[in-house]
Amino acid sequence: MISFSKVWKRYPGGLEALRNVTFTIAAGEMVFITGHSGAGKSTVLKLTAAIERPSGGSIIVNGQNVGALRPGAVPYLRRNFGLIFQDHKLLFDRNAFENVMLPLQVNGFERREAARRVRAALDKVGLLAKEKAFPITLSGGEQQRLAIARAIVHRPAILLADEPTGNLDAGYAADIGELFRSFNQVGVTVVIATHDEALAARLQPRVVALKAGVIVT
Amino acid sequence: MITWLWSHVNALLTTLARLVRTPVATLLNVGVLGIALALPAGLYVGLANIQGYARSLAANPQLSVFLALDAGDADVAGTETRLRGHPGVASVRYVPRDEALTQIKSRTGLADVVDSLKENPLPDAFVVQPRDATPQVLEQLRDELRGWPGVAHVQLDAVWARRLEAGLKLARLAVWLLATLFAFALVAVTFNTIRLQILTRREEIEVAKLIGATDPFIRRPLLYFGAVQGLAGGLTAWAIVAISLYWLNGGLADLSQLYGTRLELQQLSARDGLSLLLFSAVLGWFGAWLSVNQHLARLDLR
Ligand SMILES: Nc1ncnc2c1ncn2[C@@H]1O[C@H](COP(=O)(O)OP(=O)(O)O)[C@@H](O)[C@H]1O
Ligand SMILES: [Mg+2]
Repeated sequence: MISFSKVWKRYPGGLEALRNVTFTIAAGEMVFITGHSGAGKSTVLKLTAAIERPSGGSIIVNGQNVGALRPGAVPYLRRNFGLIFQDHKLLFDRNAFENVMLPLQVNGFERREAARRVRAALDKVGLLAKEKAFPITLSGGEQQRLAIARAIVHRPAILLADEPTGNLDAGYAADIGELFRSFNQVGVTVVIATHDEALAARLQPRVVALKAGVIVT
Repeated sequence: MITWLWSHVNALLTTLARLVRTPVATLLNVGVLGIALALPAGLYVGLANIQGYARSLAANPQLSVFLALDAGDADVAGTETRLRGHPGVASVRYVPRDEALTQIKSRTGLADVVDSLKENPLPDAFVVQPRDATPQVLEQLRDELRGWPGVAHVQLDAVWARRLEAGLKLARLAVWLLATLFAFALVAVTFNTIRLQILTRREEIEVAKLIGATDPFIRRPLLYFGAVQGLAGGLTAWAIVAISLYWLNGGLADLSQLYGTRLELQQLSARDGLSLLLFSAVLGWFGAWLSVNQHLARLDLR
């Protein structure tokens, strides 16, 4: 489903974030990309979603060569994913409901069907009662769950999450972990970039470990 | 197909929601656009009216024959007989100086002014309808009547009307120049509005792209915004012109009684009005399009 083959990524400035990275993730798997800060975890996710382009090697997602996609095809590639960003990227001038609505608008859903799905997604992450709340009024854990609701609302086959438990205390982190487990159990491929060892111990995923841009396991 | 339609409906609804969410900015923008468009549109209507008036004068030429102020009853009777006997004259209407003064007194607000006059400043006059309306014949007739004893002045409205028409050609050119300038202003205002929108919606645009929004999805509401704002500006301009003409016509009703002709300014025709709306919507769209091309590229989205 996702396959990196001898991938290099050199950022402007000459820094090599990934060096000769090769791995494959099958449909329905749960995989953690681990490593210290600066190891290249986020870069792997960004390359997968064509947010960055590889400097060398090939990245295949669902049979498409991501590095060679024309710009017009990129949006359609991204709709395969549910993206959870390290910094949430929630819109602070919209309430919870409207934030989760965005991917469905992007995908051109009819309004009533979209509203139904938004509520289902908010219910799934336990925020149905807060659909009118603005992100600024939510706790860190709630913001993270809102970001997750937005990522899953269009029912993507692949979930890409960047440090989803980054700055949450243990209780919240465990909740988030259980959410990912439940998505994976219904067949969603889950890829999480994290250095949270407790989360790994809990979910027992397959691990791709990076160290300074090189795979070490 | 349904999805495509929905995406357009959604974009339009989003646009309208944005317009309503910032009512003050919207009103100010639409007001500026309305005024900018009302100026050339108003001039255009004014010209069309003057032109129509000039045409009716030219088609129905009359000579006004004014007698000298010191003309007596004998002069009046003599001139009238000569006019009626003239082969080039179809009909003659006598307007005595006293009647002219009473008319002014009763039909304008100038009663006090008129009363304060020591003597009537108006001369006796005849309105002459010629048999032949060709310019040369008219001008010959005018020159002939001018030479008659007791006649102080002969005025040929048709000649004046033709001169006016020549002047109007120039004025029309000026209107188009003005329209071009204000069209430019409309594009500039829209360009700037959309620039601000892109800057304030930067995050939203960025997130939308990251989760799979196509370029058209992002551009569509902005383009609609420009078009809808332009359209609203056009509507405002139409309303400004219509209301102004309505007021002017109220004032003109008094004036036209005085001259015994029907003076009424015509409103912008439905066709011209719809052209104005189309024109402003297209310009708004164009301003937005320029802005979107310029500023979306600068956001450096991936
Ligand atoms: N846009 C960028 N421009 C230049 N260098 C970058 C950029 N993004 C990341 N890097 C560098 O690439 C390396 C890997 O970054 P990243 O993939 O974010 O690591 P991680 O997510 O594991 O902390 C780091 O040294 C980081 O400084
Ligand atoms: Mg990172």
